[in-house]
Amino acid sequence: MRVDIKKETAIASGQRSAAGPVEATQSDRLDELESQSIFILREAFARLKRIAILWSLGKDSNVMIWLARKAFFGRVPCPAMHVDTGKKFPEMYAFRDRYAKEWQLDLLVEPCPPIDAIDPTLPPAARSAARKTEGLKLALAKHGFDGLVAGIRRDEEATRAKERVFSPRGAEGLWDVHDQPPEFWNHFNASPPPGAHLRVHPILHWTESDIWAYTKREGIPIIPLYLARDGKRYRSLGDADITFPVESNAGTIDEIIAELAATRIPERAGRAMDHESEDAFERLRKAGYL
Amino acid sequence: MNVQISRQLHPVSPAGARALVRIVIVGHVDHGKSTLIGRLLHEVEGLPDGKLDALKAVSARRGMPFEWSFLLDALQTERDQGITIDTSQIRLRTPARDIVLIDAPGHAEFLRNMITGAAQADAAVLLVDATEGVRDQTRRHGYLLHLLGVRQVMVVINKMDRVAFDAGKFREIETEIAAQLAGLGLTPSAIIPISARNGDGVARHTSSTAWYRGPTVLAALDAFVPARPPHDLATRLPVQAVYKFDDRRIIAGRVASGRIRVGDDVLIMPAGKPACIKSIEAWPERETSQTPRVAIAGQSVGITLDRDIFVERGDVVCASTSPAASARRLRARVFWLHQRPLAVGGHITVRIGTAESTAVVAAIEDAVDPGLLASDGAEVIAQNHVGEIELALSRPIAIDPYTADPNTGRIVLEFEGRIAGGGLVLTAQAAVLDTTSGPRPGKVASTARASRTGVNSDELRAKASALAQVFASLSPAERIAHLRREVAGKIVFTTSFGLEDQVILHLLSERTDDIAVVTLDTGRLFPETYALWAQTERRYGVRIRALHPRHGDLETLVERDGINGFYDSRAARLACCTVRKVEPLERALAGARGWIAGLRAEQSAHRQDMALVTAEAERGLIKLNPLFDWTREELLAFVSSNDLPVNSLHAQGFASIGCAPCTRAIAPDEPERAGRWWWEEESKKECGLHSHRP
Repeated sequence: MRVDIKKETAIASGQRSAAGPVEATQSDRLDELESQSIFILREAFARLKRIAILWSLGKDSNVMIWLARKAFFGRVPCPAMHVDTGKKFPEMYAFRDRYAKEWQLDLLVEPCPPIDAIDPTLPPAARSAARKTEGLKLALAKHGFDGLVAGIRRDEEATRAKERVFSPRGAEGLWDVHDQPPEFWNHFNASPPPGAHLRVHPILHWTESDIWAYTKREGIPIIPLYLARDGKRYRSLGDADITFPVESNAGTIDEIIAELAATRIPERAGRAMDHESEDAFERLRKAGYL
Repeated sequence: MNVQISRQLHPVSPAGARALVRIVIVGHVDHGKSTLIGRLLHEVEGLPDGKLDALKAVSARRGMPFEWSFLLDALQTERDQGITIDTSQIRLRTPARDIVLIDAPGHAEFLRNMITGAAQADAAVLLVDATEGVRDQTRRHGYLLHLLGVRQVMVVINKMDRVAFDAGKFREIETEIAAQLAGLGLTPSAIIPISARNGDGVARHTSSTAWYRGPTVLAALDAFVPARPPHDLATRLPVQAVYKFDDRRIIAGRVASGRIRVGDDVLIMPAGKPACIKSIEAWPERETSQTPRVAIAGQSVGITLDRDIFVERGDVVCASTSPAASARRLRARVFWLHQRPLAVGGHITVRIGTAESTAVVAAIEDAVDPGLLASDGAEVIAQNHVGEIELALSRPIAIDPYTADPNTGRIVLEFEGRIAGGGLVLTAQAAVLDTTSGPRPGKVASTARASRTGVNSDELRAKASALAQVFASLSPAERIAHLRREVAGKIVFTTSFGLEDQVILHLLSERTDDIAVVTLDTGRLFPETYALWAQTERRYGVRIRALHPRHGDLETLVERDGINGFYDSRAARLACCTVRKVEPLERALAGARGWIAGLRAEQSAHRQDMALVTAEAERGLIKLNPLFDWTREELLAFVSSNDLPVNSLHAQGFASIGCAPCTRAIAPDEPERAGRWWWEEESKKECGLHSHRP
């Protein structure tokens, strides 16, 4: 099947001085976000022994891969790992295969265990999503990574808002939310005890709007499912069976940005596993979900 | 959570087009921080659809009246226990600003999380409960704002409804907190009476506070401005890493202060090496006319230098006109978060920029609980307390005092692999050893040595003996790695392709940092040695730098003593060694701070005086013999298991191989160096390369 991937025209950041003051402020803010993310990526690469970037193929991790290319001058010096539930949209697989090649990524595709192997007390969609957590644990054990770079953002969800940039995980991948280490002045805790690993979050400080503004400015390719067709579009992409589109007429990135400025519908409204019970997502995350 | 404000209230402008300010809400537990945040979001209509209903349901499930704090207290334990454990962030839009509100826990137990939140803030709201007044966490948070460098502060006196909006009560607290903050050098931008639960004073004033004339909370928030990176201070670029992904050697880092321009003269601290900025690298690559020429504070960049000098993570690229100090000792005012008190004599890791060093706490003064204002007594800082400490670092680091650069003048303390404290550098003392490097005059031998009197030999010896203790338990590879970490500046390995040298070269080939490999070609080596040299270069894919005798000196020597004059007298032999080996060695070591050689203790009676690590005071360097304690058996085992190329003469009975005329094969029972200068007395058999000078 042929999948059309939308590529918006890039505006070279070097040209921004010609723009008006409002435009310059926006570009300054994107530059600031970018510089902070690059700093974090370089710290992860310098201080940890073996890291992988988690590539979920969505808008956020695509920005993250792009930032890694910038941080390391075009060459991503660690594997890009897709923990594959096998249930993604066909457009996502087409995107992965095309850009893994085009961006010369060291792509690792790791499978997830079947649903039977997952905690049956979880609500159905959360249980389905937890396959990814288990796949992640298997991949960690297989490759011996001591750092996983993940594209989560604080503004997505309330427990993610409490995350550290360098977030330690226990030997079982567990997140001890009650004993997170202090982190300040861009100094990070980068010494995981044996068997443990670190989650590194280089775009924790970005918002959904920032992601789209940056995607447009840099000309980063996107999966067309994000753009509206027949009055609906996906705001967040996950497994095809537990991810639903929202009502939207935004057919371009500019229209998405305008839509986000007005909407009061949360970004993850279309992700079923977040909403099954009050603590469903917290339980997923404590167990090692992203 | 995605929190946005509707179009009706404030006109929508493109994302990012308005100033973004990060504001932390701090104060004593239960003084109403989370409630104020909930109220602010409600006032600016910033809650997503369904959120209010969800919070009502969550509150009802726990049998509580409506609880705003559940908005940010997302964790189950936080909701069940009604406390904020960890810091969180939420966004809102006011008429003038995009604001990131940072909620910080009020419990003393979670002070580390309050610091994590507050350290990211441009400004702070300090909340005080009108019924309780200033409490210990109010004072503690105030003090920490000062240590964290948050200069913009407003005070909000909450729960005024509970004191019947009594103006007298407000004035009383206002006076106390203003005095408190003044003592820390902070002047609040406003002190505002409010009721967060009912909304008085948050977005609008009500008749209840008719006696108050100042701004509302929302108006005062709008008056805060984003903290700007210090563009106007002296240039500092802490080095994160050096990348050699292609033929470029890119120094990567984030400009902490000032600006980097192509063509700028810089000093790489702490070693003090001069260089000039050759380029600023960027990806995607642009046409030459579009390549960046300047980078300012806050920007992550990659640069190249005009010369090939050793730069590593932790170095700081500084403006050559006002470089950071190269310091081995510093005083700092710090807060301490670990359960185990920080004590004099304690060992910790210090982080400054990208540099790190182990350190010993040399002194502690003025330790105090900033909440109770009670002294800790001498020589310890307890958990969540503050104090002034003096640290002795194990290696020099580029340091600025906080007053000169609030960005680079900050330290982070790490204990048992976890961040445990931090603070402001008050003073930094220069390191004697490492400020003397930099280009040396080309002259060698005695004149060169005299020019290096700047190196403090006592300090060098102290360093060597400290290293010797550490090295004793390390493997040769670890010794080399440790030397590289501990010695700032050039390190040279001199090889004569002996068995020991081949082992060291093999260990170096597994490293990526730059330790220079040099050999001395006397012109009188065995053909087999030259063959091995070429073979070794092929195996490791390197070119080994060779230093030859100065031709003028050599011609004079041969004319005076004859081509084989060294057999005639010990003086003639030493003269030959000097011209052919010792003088080239001095050139090889010029400017070096470390020297790696392959001496072993058991090789000669005389060499037993030599050591694993020595301070070469005249050369101003530390010398490491990483294989010093290896036996010949260990050596041969390593050579054979790694299949190292060796000199074919070894198989013919040659043990220690030097120049051809002066080396012979030895009998199986003879000492290893018996084949060198065999006509001379055993105890004098050194060429001068490795001997201590009188």
